[in-house]
Amino acid sequence: MLRFVVRRLALLVPILLGLSILLFLWVRALPGGPAEALLGERATPEAVERVRRLYGLDRPWYEQYFTWVGNLLRGDLGVSTRTQHPVLEELLRTFPATMELALTAMIFAVGVGIPLGYFAARRHGSWLDHLSVAGSLFGITIPVFFLGYMLKFVFAEKLGILPTDGRQDPLLDVVHPTGFYVLDGLVSGNLEAFADAFQHLILPGIALGTIPLAIVVRITRASVLDVLHEDYVRTAEAKGLKPATIRGRHVLRNAMLPIITIIGLQVGLLLGGAVLTETVFAFPGFGKFIADSIMARDYAVLQGFILFTAVVFVLVNLLVDIAYGLIDPRVRVA
Amino acid sequence: MSLSQAEVVLAGDSGDGAGGSLGRDAWRRLRRNPVAIAGAILVFLFVAVALLAPWLAPFPPDKPVGQVTPTSIPGPSAEHWFGLDDLGRDEFTRILWGARWSLVIGVVSLLLGMTGGLLLGLLAGAFGGVVDTVVMRFVDMVLAIPGLLFAIGVAAMLGSGLEAVMIAIAVVNVPIFARLLRGQMLAQRQSDYVLAATSVGVRRRRIVLGHILPNSLTPVIVQGTLTLATAIVDAAGLAFLGLSSNDPSIPEWGRMLADTQRYLSSAPLLAVFPGLAIIFAALGFTLLGESLREALDPKYRR
Amino acid sequence: MSLLKVEELSVVFRQRGREDVRAVDGVSFSVAPGETVGLVGESGCGKSVTSLAVMGLLPRRGVLVEGSIAFDGTELLTLPADKLRTLRGRDMAIVFQDPMSSLNPVVPIGVQVTEVLVRHRGLSSGEARAEAAELLRRVGIPDPARRLREYPHQLSGGMRQRALIAAALACSPRLLIADEPTTALDVTIQAQILELLKGLVADTGTALVLITHDLGVVAGMCDTVHVMYSGRIVERASRHELFASPRHPYTAGLLASVPRLDRPRGERLEPIQGSPRDTLPWSRGCAFAPRCRNRVDECARAAPELHGGSHSLRCFNPIEAKAVNR
Repeated sequence: MLRFVVRRLALLVPILLGLSILLFLWVRALPGGPAEALLGERATPEAVERVRRLYGLDRPWYEQYFTWVGNLLRGDLGVSTRTQHPVLEELLRTFPATMELALTAMIFAVGVGIPLGYFAARRHGSWLDHLSVAGSLFGITIPVFFLGYMLKFVFAEKLGILPTDGRQDPLLDVVHPTGFYVLDGLVSGNLEAFADAFQHLILPGIALGTIPLAIVVRITRASVLDVLHEDYVRTAEAKGLKPATIRGRHVLRNAMLPIITIIGLQVGLLLGGAVLTETVFAFPGFGKFIADSIMARDYAVLQGFILFTAVVFVLVNLLVDIAYGLIDPRVRVA
Repeated sequence: MSLSQAEVVLAGDSGDGAGGSLGRDAWRRLRRNPVAIAGAILVFLFVAVALLAPWLAPFPPDKPVGQVTPTSIPGPSAEHWFGLDDLGRDEFTRILWGARWSLVIGVVSLLLGMTGGLLLGLLAGAFGGVVDTVVMRFVDMVLAIPGLLFAIGVAAMLGSGLEAVMIAIAVVNVPIFARLLRGQMLAQRQSDYVLAATSVGVRRRRIVLGHILPNSLTPVIVQGTLTLATAIVDAAGLAFLGLSSNDPSIPEWGRMLADTQRYLSSAPLLAVFPGLAIIFAALGFTLLGESLREALDPKYRR
Repeated sequence: MSLLKVEELSVVFRQRGREDVRAVDGVSFSVAPGETVGLVGESGCGKSVTSLAVMGLLPRRGVLVEGSIAFDGTELLTLPADKLRTLRGRDMAIVFQDPMSSLNPVVPIGVQVTEVLVRHRGLSSGEARAEAAELLRRVGIPDPARRLREYPHQLSGGMRQRALIAAALACSPRLLIADEPTTALDVTIQAQILELLKGLVADTGTALVLITHDLGVVAGMCDTVHVMYSGRIVERASRHELFASPRHPYTAGLLASVPRLDRPRGERLEPIQGSPRDTLPWSRGCAFAPRCRNRVDECARAAPELHGGSHSLRCFNPIEAKAVNR
């Protein structure tokens, strides 16, 4: 198992290396060249000096690249032209919000999607099955931001039962030791803040989680259907095992394999979708920050955030591979 | 086995014989599938509206045809079926014209992305070895960036605009098609009929172009149909983020949706119409693509 | 007194938009404790469906089961699902054809054996492990303690089948159904597995229903043989009678297509003409008629009934009985 993990980690190196080259070249290809692209037109001499140091613009390109990677490894991702703060600082400030939101969306997608997909497969051909198939096809096609608007309009503006935007009611007296507002409410013993932060997560969480939900339902249904026709499930039935044992040990354990792979892939969808969802709900996370940076042509932020997202995505999928290996003994030897 | 016999086996296995019957079989199952019919109707409507927009639309798409103020935007009426937008233009007209933009963006980005992806995939699948490793490492790398963020990056690099959106979506789809075609070709390469062809000395180029490639294209067609759906939705997303054309006269659904955000409480329908338009267009291609996949999948053949 | 008594069993698969398929059509047979009974026929003749019906493993949707299946006097077809589940694996067990696909690939062998013991005999997992190791040893798996920790892909085909047999025998069932238990195995392994089954049945007095298309398997094992064709039993006799004097042309055909050492060299094997697809519905005559050498006009007019006592058959124009010296 350890060798398996080490080998997977080794596979990450070329991917991350390639990504760094890609993003390095990307800045070079931006309109106006790197200095203007990264600093904007009204660059101060200190800022220009910073970019020169960051990229070593007067030296050959490969040296520039190594300088840049060296800075990356020390955590220097450059400075946001819009906020004048270091990109890393902005990243660390905004990412907890997005993580909280993405986690909510994921819990929604998996918590609803797996049971729904499972029962649809169990009752193959029933109205529940047809409804889940139709619903998931429909769910995949809804634009995230449109769904966000509609949820906001109905539940926040018309019915007024949930907040329209933000992460927390600004009038509340709260402290944020962890940056995860739901958790903050709990650790500081402020249940009102906890409930408030949670309410702020519901609508964006549903908006962001709907496409993953549709995908999880589809893949769970297909996977469970496949497994139900396997001989070993019939063997388990023939042993007279309790239905719960058959479901857990023999059906779901095998059906989970494609499902966890898909769940890992959803993380990319969630991080991309967060840009749209957070914009709709004025949710001050990493996606909203990206959206604002697009408008301001703040390329240093885009570069740093895209690189960071890719790293997160790759790491999550490494975890998925490990989980896969834990469930399926055949992968460990292969 | 003589060469001519092998050729017969090959033709039966890969070429017109089996292909034809698979096609016929799939076509028969498609026609019986209500999902496919629903998808086909939606796609047909979408394409027809896109092509005929100038003749169907009752008003010019880029000129005000009524009086509006930010607080009073007239809703649907007998004259203006979907009401007026925030600049006093006929919303119904703009939705019809929007189909045209969505179709153009979808088709162009699909063709660009598919061509790029197929070339890369063909390269990897046909040559294997080092070429394959390099291409697939590149594909893995690019796929590590979430699609929408990747598109944002590309569009930002190109300086926004409709062309930027199309190219960005195309670029995002390149690795997807490359991986798909390469995987298919690998599977085909190990199949019995290719072994048979190799064993009787058919040239590699002929095997690849005459047998492996055509047989690998079925899933590509399915993926292409589904990609049209995501291209339309993604284009709307990019427009929503301000990465599409700056020209407000262009009736692009994503932009229309984004522009009406400010009027959500006073004129929510202005967001509903383009939103539904996007959903129905994307749904049409999704339903068609999914039922195509089902029809062509040997697992469903009886 | 028979342990299992199947009477007029019919299984119909019904699917929307398709014609009903009558896979099993009025099959009756019984098995006594300690007896080994063979159900023989080509694939698609309904023998496996019969075994699934006995075990209650047919899907509930789209399948119509009629007739009676009595196990030790209990009617199984009307038994509530939870009662049936306590019988399955404890009193009656089944071994399937393909040991690879019949074992769960992501669960260790040990768990797949012990789960039966835990379920039906209420053993703790420690007790069950000790017992499972003993079971594996009994079915001839060396180093059972290590094998218990391994996964199916780490075992050979023969080992897997032994493990499945161990799981089936875990609670000393009174009835064991073996559905083509050796078909997926190498010839040398086949003989070992059959030897194993034979020995286990002899030791424990378990009734065995052996389902196979291979008359060679039947020859070494069974007391009574039922030959099935297209969902019906066409001939039934003791093994001795059947091999010495097959009377149904189908049985004779099956026998003639088996290579035998006691026949002169150079004698041609005679395969049965056609394939199981060339079948007449029983409603219109004898299903075997299109492939039959002894066909007479009557065969296409009505379906023959099963008649006769200890050697019964379903044929209008059977092969002459030979004198069988006992």
